Amino acid sequence: MTVFNSVLDLIGNTPIVDVSVLSPNPRVRILAKLEGQNPGGSVKDRIALSMIEQAEKDGRLVPGSILIEPSSGNTGIGLAMVCGQRGYHIKIVLPTNVTPERRQMLEAFGAEIIDSPGSEGSNGAVKLARELAEQHPEWVFLYQYANPANPQAHFESTGPEILVDVPDITHFIAGLGTSGTLIGVGSFLKKMKPDVQIWAVEPPSGEMVDGLRNLDDGYIPPIFTDNNGFELLDRKKVIGPRESLEVTRRMVRECGVFAGISSGAIMAAAIKCAAEIDDGVIVTIVCDAGWKYLSTGAYSDDLDLVTERAKKVIYF
Amino acid sequence: MSDVIETTAAPTVSIRIPMILRPHVGGASKVEATGATLGALFDDLTSRFPGVAAQVLTVDGTLHKFVNVYVNDDDVRYLGKLDAPIKAGDEVTILPAVAGGSI
Repeated sequence: MTVFNSVLDLIGNTPIVDVSVLSPNPRVRILAKLEGQNPGGSVKDRIALSMIEQAEKDGRLVPGSILIEPSSGNTGIGLAMVCGQRGYHIKIVLPTNVTPERRQMLEAFGAEIIDSPGSEGSNGAVKLARELAEQHPEWVFLYQYANPANPQAHFESTGPEILVDVPDITHFIAGLGTSGTLIGVGSFLKKMKPDVQIWAVEPPSGEMVDGLRNLDDGYIPPIFTDNNGFELLDRKKVIGPRESLEVTRRMVRECGVFAGISSGAIMAAAIKCAAEIDDGVIVTIVCDAGWKYLSTGAYSDDLDLVTERAKKVIYF
Repeated sequence: MSDVIETTAAPTVSIRIPMILRPHVGGASKVEATGATLGALFDDLTSRFPGVAAQVLTVDGTLHKFVNVYVNDDDVRYLGKLDAPIKAGDEVTILPAVAGGSI
């Protein structure tokens, strides 16, 4: 077995596993790319490394630099891991109502945490980080929602990895956060194989956000609009917390895939897709593993109780 | 005879209203509206709650950029937008577009 020089060399080249046991249609295979196998534990390691390396090339990041970034956990953990290896200090703007595991992992990797109001969800973290970055121009704000190195990481690594492993792919399904995965992988697949369908899954975050005064306070990631996201996607589905949790549990029990809850939402959409199409090969992203969500009781507590809790705790 | 009427009449379905729009519908989290397309549903909604349409639709009658409308779990932007067909038993959900998901 190869000996690697750094954990950063372990980012990417994640395995794909067949989870067709979840498919309601015998002519449709469902495959899951296990991004939780990355060293920081999520798909976000890819963009963390890509955004930092690009900023180093551009001369924005120099030894001793301080970074600031909003995160619900995974991007922050990825960035903190890379910053630890490269000698940068990072401040993560984190909603107060994420699971304690995510807070602890950020601290373990050496990030400084700045709290944002839990009631405003990720939207509030983004707003506060943008304000702080404006007040402190000396801090480096990579801003994952607008950084071209985010989709670029997926265009250059995740997309090609999928096509090499699954040349007969017909559908790609991933979650919408910054839209980096969908834009990067989606653009790559459409370029190489124009018939591939790109489906997005939106977690139902809208109900949680009470910081909005009106719809004009809304937000669409610049990455999405800059890359014609509306035209790139073929379908978009919203999956509620209960269904996400049900499918997350099925993934563990029926496939042995211990996935995080956003991956359950994506898989729920894949199951619907499989039921709708005649035949095909669906590739989905398992963004992370379940470790950071154990404290929510998502895997074992009463489903009604956990669904109710999802209104107060950020599960994604 | 009544069967024919039922299958051709525009369906009445429920629309889930997000928190920020509830003041425009008397605080309700769900309202009913009738129409064979999403556009027709909104016309019906507007006739009773004019404030909602002003928020959800732009002046030229298209969907507001920062709003996502779903028929069951499908975003209507990929189902024909305001021409998206509505059938009995569907549920429409309006959600504001905000920064979210796993970030």
